[in-house]
Amino acid sequence: MTPIASSSPASNRRLGSILFVPVQFVMTLIDAPLRALQKLTGISGMAMFFLAPNMLIFGIFVLLPLAINFVYSMTGGTAFFLADRTFIGFDQYSRLFECGNYLDPLSCQEDAFWTAVGNTAWFVVLQVTLMILMALGTALILNRDLRARSFWRAVFFFPVLLSPVVVGLIWKWILQRQGLLNFALFEMGLEPHNWLTDRTWAFAAAVAVSIWAHMGFYALILLAGLQAIPKDLYEAAEMDGTKAARVFWRITLPLLAPNLLVVVVLALIKAVQVFDEVYVLTGGGPGTSTMFLTQYIYETGFASQLRNPGLAAAASILMGLVLVVLTLFQLGIGRRTEGKRKR
Amino acid sequence: MNKKSILAGLALALLTGTAANAGDVRVMWYSDGVEGEVMKDLVNRFMEENPGINVILDNVAYSVIKEQLPVQLEAGNGPDVARVTAIKDLAKHWLDLRPLVKDPAYWDENFGDKADWMRPDGSDQISGFMTQLTLTGGFANKTLFDQAGVEMPGPKATWEEWAAAAKKVADSQQVPYPMAIDRSGHRITAPMLSYGANYIGEDGKPAPLDQGAKDFLTKFVNWTEEGVFAKDVWVSAAGNTYRAAADDFINGQLAFYYSGSWQVANLATKIGNNFDWVATGSPCGPAACTGMPGGAALVAVKYTKNPKDVATFMDWMAQEDIVREFSERTLFLPAHKGVVEKGGLNFETENEQAKAALGTFVEASKSTSETALKLPAWRWADTVYAAIVTRIGQTLAGELPLEDAFARIDADIAQKVKDTGL
Amino acid sequence: MGAAARFIFRRRGSNGRGKGWHWTDIVTWVWLVCGLLIMFGPAVWLGFSSFKTPAALAEFPPTILPYVTQEVRVEGYDKPLALYEATLEGGGTRVLAEVRRIGIVSQMVDPNAPGEIIKVNIADRAPVRTMSFATENYTQPFVQFDFVQYLWNSVFVTVMATLITLVVNSMAAFALSKYEFRGRSVAMLIILATLMVPLSVIMVPLYSIISTIGLFNNLWGVILPTVATPTGVFILRQYMLTIPDELIDAARMDKASEWQIYWRIVLPLAAPALAVLAIFSVVWRWNDFLWPLIVLSRRELYTLQVGLSIYAGELNVQWHFILAMTVVTMIPVVLVFIFLQRFITTGIAGAGLK
Repeated sequence: MTPIASSSPASNRRLGSILFVPVQFVMTLIDAPLRALQKLTGISGMAMFFLAPNMLIFGIFVLLPLAINFVYSMTGGTAFFLADRTFIGFDQYSRLFECGNYLDPLSCQEDAFWTAVGNTAWFVVLQVTLMILMALGTALILNRDLRARSFWRAVFFFPVLLSPVVVGLIWKWILQRQGLLNFALFEMGLEPHNWLTDRTWAFAAAVAVSIWAHMGFYALILLAGLQAIPKDLYEAAEMDGTKAARVFWRITLPLLAPNLLVVVVLALIKAVQVFDEVYVLTGGGPGTSTMFLTQYIYETGFASQLRNPGLAAAASILMGLVLVVLTLFQLGIGRRTEGKRKR
Repeated sequence: MNKKSILAGLALALLTGTAANAGDVRVMWYSDGVEGEVMKDLVNRFMEENPGINVILDNVAYSVIKEQLPVQLEAGNGPDVARVTAIKDLAKHWLDLRPLVKDPAYWDENFGDKADWMRPDGSDQISGFMTQLTLTGGFANKTLFDQAGVEMPGPKATWEEWAAAAKKVADSQQVPYPMAIDRSGHRITAPMLSYGANYIGEDGKPAPLDQGAKDFLTKFVNWTEEGVFAKDVWVSAAGNTYRAAADDFINGQLAFYYSGSWQVANLATKIGNNFDWVATGSPCGPAACTGMPGGAALVAVKYTKNPKDVATFMDWMAQEDIVREFSERTLFLPAHKGVVEKGGLNFETENEQAKAALGTFVEASKSTSETALKLPAWRWADTVYAAIVTRIGQTLAGELPLEDAFARIDADIAQKVKDTGL
Repeated sequence: MGAAARFIFRRRGSNGRGKGWHWTDIVTWVWLVCGLLIMFGPAVWLGFSSFKTPAALAEFPPTILPYVTQEVRVEGYDKPLALYEATLEGGGTRVLAEVRRIGIVSQMVDPNAPGEIIKVNIADRAPVRTMSFATENYTQPFVQFDFVQYLWNSVFVTVMATLITLVVNSMAAFALSKYEFRGRSVAMLIILATLMVPLSVIMVPLYSIISTIGLFNNLWGVILPTVATPTGVFILRQYMLTIPDELIDAARMDKASEWQIYWRIVLPLAAPALAVLAIFSVVWRWNDFLWPLIVLSRRELYTLQVGLSIYAGELNVQWHFILAMTVVTMIPVVLVFIFLQRFITTGIAGAGLK
């Protein structure tokens, strides 16, 4: 198990000493006033001290904007700054919800919003399922007795390092009508296809490219989980002559469950927010078939000639609600499995 | 600059916000090609001649001009001078140079006819000048026409004639698409106007799509479905995202490409000697043979702290020989009346096709229709363009029947007008 | 299969007993090779493409490697002429140099016997191509564009943001994992609920906050909004939960202050998780594009990602420069990854398993 060995305490200490030598002095300096503070507040009061910087920055740059967003969603007009906007109550929300039939976006006043909602829902289901299956497969394979495992690990992790814009561009050049894929098909005597202008294929491409870009990250989390499963469990199973499939269902999967859960949650959240790479790849087209919620919000609130920040804010509040529900749902499942394990 | 001075600068900036030094003129500039380099040259020359003024050229992506600049302006921030395309929309933020420039009469004389494009309605403000004019127009792949043995339609040919000829060429030469037009409301407006469309209602607000507009859009959608117009470029994005079909033309995949004068330099470098191409001007419709004018302007921003220096800079940039040099080196059409009338621009290219094409565009600009000339100064133009591109894009992707698209376009525009609260 | 390959793909079947190929070996093999092609292939192609001329980039069919038409100098002609392989009327092909093209007829000469003009229909000729690396895609931006300045800004933003992220997030994670206090679950809930709120959602209000407090056109305006990452707190907290409380209690017995416990015990033990967060933070901040683009509109403040976007004009995009600069900007992240990657698996293992 090379990765574990490589982060042995010794090497940690080495890294620590390199990185922390200049810091050491500062840290010791800080210690004296903090001891005084600790006397005042007590040990548990120090928790607040540790928490404060993060919560302060978080409050100013995440929570406050979220709150302001809510105020925005109650105002109208095209002005950018709140002071210049007029209060209109829940009009933006009712405009978003004004709809003949929610399953037919074209019957809605804001048809683009509902199309985006539908697309995002489909995308999340497909992308998360497929990506997790593939990440699991990759992790299982990387967990085998491979030589040069860190090389293979890097191969699959590599796209995670690329910026979304680059990811979108590379694949656009591969998939467009005059792209590399069609050229390859043509050379092999197969019929080239216009991948990015066909509704179904463009959607599939959006799913595939976003899997390509993110799978490595999740495969790595799963791989870490697999490597933490004690080897003797497998050895015992092999002695008993247990079938490989049974070993997988009975040993691997249950012990991997916590990691799988983390993967599912992170992947879900990331998928709901899909934007950059698909925006570069398809621009939301053909038609509106790969236009997702984030793009709708961005274009409505920021990018179009006549901005409507209020409408964008209302849409983002709705999206934020979905994200919170997803996360809480995960927490619920997390608690339940935790409870089971304790029993 | 070393680390310390940057850190110190940052600390200072933290304390003081964004302070401008006296004598600084910040220019926000975007580039489609070499004009950034040309501009850098000119700015350096200006600073040599005016030692007290420090001009800083901030090259930015076009999206910054389009998306971020309006917000900066609304917050009272922004550069001192900017190269902008949405000049009418943001007119209230421009500085009136009339009391500041050396000779307002020179400005009125040479840039007066486009001054309305960049000032609030009803004022006589001098906001800046057009760095270049553009005009939409067609390009034909002459080699493909020759190979197919099809005669190229003449200068007064209609869209139908071009469509028929291009179709013949494409069929005989196995080219994927006969024609293409950029995915842009500005581009498609040209043929719509030729078919008699008029977007401007009697009250100055957008009118519902008229018969002329519907006629061309119906034709366009039918042509695209029959494969006369390239579908790719129009369905390759959602919303009103701009997409150009230039690469298809460069690769000899199109017989006829409708775009505009700004493509000349691009086509010249990328096509090289691969095939012969010509600019054709705009094909005709029943009502006119018009292209759509447009362009980018260099404008001064009201929130500047150094209006005097800004005016000195603008005066210098607007000089006849500077405008001439800028046009010659960038292959842009000049908007300076004196330069245009004297003519004899010696465009700096060895490519004869490019020179000929620029000549064609200058010629074609004379048949620009009245309506076309009004649109750049009309504040709702971009709203109408956006709605048309968005909805027709959906129609071509098979999401929205054409009749519904027409209804949606009118509804979208009405909603935007209502949102603005006017 | 060669010895080297056997070395790389040790099979399950041969694992000690040498029973030959098991089906899972084949799956593994196929998956790894496909993975190599699909994951690495596009990036390698991107690398090669960055050496193409603008014309070659727009070309169809695209080539893998950068090619240009070969040119020769022919006696009697001032400029180098392009070489073509022409199919002659009587059959057979010859390599000829094109003098000029008039419509669909190309006038060509034999470079070795430049006297005689041969007329060839342009459909009957194909360019002779040779590989050529357009290094000016790299050198020109370095001259035109304040590369060093942009690089410095990018490094500054990335390093500062990563350091602050590590300190601030680890402090918060320490508080949330090792203390019992009122409001702990509320704080945790808020952090989880906002786990990666996408920037585009809060962009409008965030922009007005930044410009109100004067961080507009300021590198700190790029750094500060990104440092309190809920993801970072989440990963670190999960890892710190695995650190035994006994260690901390023992330190308290020895009269260690809470601050000492944090930086002498908890931080060193959380090193793998910190390394993971460091990698992500570096990758995220280095690749950040939309937010810096919004906050920074002055040349001397551009980061590399913003700097290279200036090649995207209204009507044209200068892809050859963008590609070359993209490759250059990728190098530092790859280096950081190679340096820190050994920590990734252990770091994530701790974060996932609780």
